[in-house]
Amino acid sequence: MTIRYTKDHEWIRIEGAVAVVGISDYAQSQLGDIVFVDLPEPGKKVDAGDEVAVVESVKAASEVYAPVGGEVVETNPAIVEDPSLVNQSPMEDGWFVKLKISDPDALDSLMDQAAYDAYLQTL
Amino acid sequence: MGDTAENLKVTPLNSLHKELGARMVPFAGYEMPVQYPTGILTEHKHTRAAAGLFDVSHMGQVRITGADPAKALEALVPGDLVALDVGKMRYTMFTNDAAGILDDLMVNKRDRDLFVIVNAACKEQDIAHMRNNLKGCEVEYLEDRALLALQGPQAVDVLSRLNSVIPALSFGMGATLALDKFEAFVTRSGYTGEDGFEISVPNSQVEELARWLLAQPEVKPIGLGARDSLRLEAGLCLYGHDIDTTTTPIEAGLAWTISKRRREEGGYPGAEIVKKQLAEGVARKRVGIQPQGRAPAREGTEIFNDKNEKIGVITSGGFGPSVDAPVAMGYVATDYAKVGTPLTLMVRGKALPAKVCTLPFITKRYAK
Repeated sequence: MTIRYTKDHEWIRIEGAVAVVGISDYAQSQLGDIVFVDLPEPGKKVDAGDEVAVVESVKAASEVYAPVGGEVVETNPAIVEDPSLVNQSPMEDGWFVKLKISDPDALDSLMDQAAYDAYLQTL
Repeated sequence: MGDTAENLKVTPLNSLHKELGARMVPFAGYEMPVQYPTGILTEHKHTRAAAGLFDVSHMGQVRITGADPAKALEALVPGDLVALDVGKMRYTMFTNDAAGILDDLMVNKRDRDLFVIVNAACKEQDIAHMRNNLKGCEVEYLEDRALLALQGPQAVDVLSRLNSVIPALSFGMGATLALDKFEAFVTRSGYTGEDGFEISVPNSQVEELARWLLAQPEVKPIGLGARDSLRLEAGLCLYGHDIDTTTTPIEAGLAWTISKRRREEGGYPGAEIVKKQLAEGVARKRVGIQPQGRAPAREGTEIFNDKNEKIGVITSGGFGPSVDAPVAMGYVATDYAKVGTPLTLMVRGKALPAKVCTLPFITKRYAK
């Protein structure tokens, strides 16, 4: 199961025909207590780097960007109901959207786990 | 107070904040704790349930002495300081000739002086303003003192362990007290909507006092993040956001801070404008705003009426942990300032319904 990360701390994981997108543990810890999540409508098409969702902590709003281009096929209603899931389980239950990706090769330009871990060390 | 590598000033508790695992951020030229590891939601709720300790040493503490410092300071602020009893405090603001607000401040009247607390970001300008304009007074910047706030319903029990006279202080009063071995000036006041105290002590003693307070089972350290959400729920203004040089005390809903005598006599910058606004009304007013959904509406969010005309702007907005909903305040055209008036907030291009509501969002629990 391939997982890749962006410099903006999104992760993307291939699961069969779709890619699941969320934010990293580092991202959730930097944001602090998440109190609101704004998710797109399924069917929305995004390019790599486009805003695909918004998370709000007590302090501030932050955008979540699409790691690669594609079409939103599903969103996670659980994090709308309980935004703190993103803090508790950023890599599993706290996922944001599922994308049908247009160009699977685009994942190659993102960081793998080792590269992301090394990147975090530089911050 | 020293400097960090990035040229930020630090308070005497800087190393304690770091030891406690705080996330430090630049604020008003200081490196300050925005939150501790438990996070803003927990810190906020803990303060309302028990007691929270805040380092507010970045704020300016100023002592004014002279023949009649209360009368002298009235030349710069609309607050009634002459009528203030010794031992009591008053909230007021420095105004300019257009009745804009230069800063807001707390004035404590003591036996031989006024003890004034001003905002960190404005303190140099405030001190210069007072030195230039207070005739016959000496304005002393108390750089050798730190300031703690202990806030919450259990603050009184905690502080009473250091001096049994503490419960006798009523809200809005101050006294020079020995807190055990600490030489403190204590006021029963704060910025959270809860009962609590602000404690001024020498820099050399503040870390030991802070450690003693944090060792009490009721007390947890609270950062600037929760300080902001607590004061917003309490409907209290934050300078530079809800009030500034473009807002007058009347527009800001602070007419209650101006006594009958001061309304009639004036004698402070912008007094004629304030008098006119009191008599004729204002074009816009600060109001509480309750967004109807779950989405917070932040500072700068534009406010529209049902005809899609812009009628105002949010000046403070976020999530209220105790309200468990988004909360905001801002300025709207006076026609829309009545409680219950429907508003539309434009948040990231989406129209969100909201209503004008009463402030504060929580029930204040000041000790009588």
